[in-house]
Amino acid sequence: MSSFLASLLGSPAVTAALLIGSMVAVTSGAVGVFVVLRAQSFAGHALGDIGSTGAAAAYLVGLAPLYGFISVGVIGGLAIEGLGNRARERDIATGIVLSLMLGVGALLLYILTQRSNATGGPVSILFGSIFTVDPRTALPVALFSLAALLLMLLLYRPLVYATLNPQAAQARGVPVTLLGALFMVALAIAVEESALVAGALLSTALLIGPAAAAVRWARSVGQAMVLAAALSWLTVIAGIALAYQSYVWPPGHRGWPVSFFIVMLVLAEYLLSRLGRRPRVIARKEAT
Amino acid sequence: MQVFGSLFPTGLFTQPFMQNAWIAGSAVAVVSALVGFFVVLRGASFAAHAIPRASFAGAAGAVLAGGDTLLGLAVFAALSALGMAALPQRRDQGQATALVLMASLGLGALFLSLGQSYAPEVYALLFGQIVGISRADVMAILGLLLLALLASALLYRPLLWSSVAPDVAAAKGVPRRRMDTLFLLLVALAATAAVPVVGALLSFSLMVGPAAAASYVGRSPGQAIAVAILVSLLSVWFSLIFAYDTGLPVGFFVAAVTAVFYALARLWAWLVAIEETQRGAA
Repeated sequence: MSSFLASLLGSPAVTAALLIGSMVAVTSGAVGVFVVLRAQSFAGHALGDIGSTGAAAAYLVGLAPLYGFISVGVIGGLAIEGLGNRARERDIATGIVLSLMLGVGALLLYILTQRSNATGGPVSILFGSIFTVDPRTALPVALFSLAALLLMLLLYRPLVYATLNPQAAQARGVPVTLLGALFMVALAIAVEESALVAGALLSTALLIGPAAAAVRWARSVGQAMVLAAALSWLTVIAGIALAYQSYVWPPGHRGWPVSFFIVMLVLAEYLLSRLGRRPRVIARKEAT
Repeated sequence: MQVFGSLFPTGLFTQPFMQNAWIAGSAVAVVSALVGFFVVLRGASFAAHAIPRASFAGAAGAVLAGGDTLLGLAVFAALSALGMAALPQRRDQGQATALVLMASLGLGALFLSLGQSYAPEVYALLFGQIVGISRADVMAILGLLLLALLASALLYRPLLWSSVAPDVAAAKGVPRRRMDTLFLLLVALAATAAVPVVGALLSFSLMVGPAAAASYVGRSPGQAIAVAILVSLLSVWFSLIFAYDTGLPVGFFVAAVTAVFYALARLWAWLVAIEETQRGAA
């Protein structure tokens, strides 16, 4: 075991993955609690895909993918928030924005594959590979994580109010629309970071899974955020360790993808949280 | 005829693979628009996005196991639809959808990495490739079209009721849970037909775009379905011509053309609303 740990931490690719993965996991878990409470899973998922189009564009012009992810993600999030007020209209608007961005992304990825004659770049944008993350992104990821968490800290009280009791919040003059938009910015940062690390396709798992489980277990929103961040962090660490271990697994000793382990762990957490029959304290609060 | 022919690139209608693409594409357009009508009515874009996407894992699995891709797509589409229906979903339907999608994609990533499949094949499944449609695919897609038409005809009334007024429908003996499941299976059917042609990422453009545009124009369910089918057919036909002419992925054109139709429909609805308020003022 200790030799496993030593070899795990001895590899620079793995240490970078652990460091960057931890920051991303904590941010996703904490922000995810509000995604679950505000029923914005579709937007949270769509942002990952929308950002990957930005990443492809950044790739094409030679910028670091992180900036493509974040800038296009924030713009896309605000567009989703701005289009459509009623729930159903918002659902369709999110769908159309996502569809268009996926189409543009397809075009950009196609141009990339034609140009480089290799699908490595696009496939890594779509599926993510934490072991190939550039260690130099650690600093920007740390700054963006800090920004997102600070924003959540600032918004915390009014956002809890506006989320659990939107009508009362509006009546009391809480700027609900502005809060929604600002939360979208924090959400976009969290999603795009993890899309960079875990892949656009799988960032949703880290956002929704631990948070959905935490909301069922915790007694308050703050507690849920801490629990979700911790769960998400443990998931990423365990996923990376398993993926590292899987290099000695059959077939072919090529290693199994990190994304696979992370997703399966997240799914297990979610199903486990559904097993218990404990009342949802937060949900009950919402009714009052 | 000569003049007409020179308007289009040569081989657009005569190449065997293009003939397959025209037939399969048109069938897919009709199925997607039909199912899409209910997707828009129920506000279920996420499911329409997630099921084709999840079915991709089935295709990757089929490639790995050496089985039939279309069968893999169908199995995973149906399984993910049933998974979404089975998970509890009180407020946020999206939670169940997201988790089933993620589970499926996790498996897909595993299959891909174990199989080390030839990347362009995977790429074609993600983004669609009109060149790759065989005569056997065409027959299978036409079969799916028939099945979808039959299922929509049988389910039309209860599904419409449960979508528009779920509580009233439940009171009248249309069980909500069962209609949810049947609806998701219908989406799975449409996804299985659409993914080989348009790709796993953009099949949902065809399910959401035309029906969303039609919802702003049609004044009755029948009208909305007719407009959706028309818009969907036009979108696919335009996209086939553009894709053939440029060699770019057909999915891009489908997404772009359906988004343009959606924008036009919203503009139309806006103009009509302005005219009506003016008439009301005068």
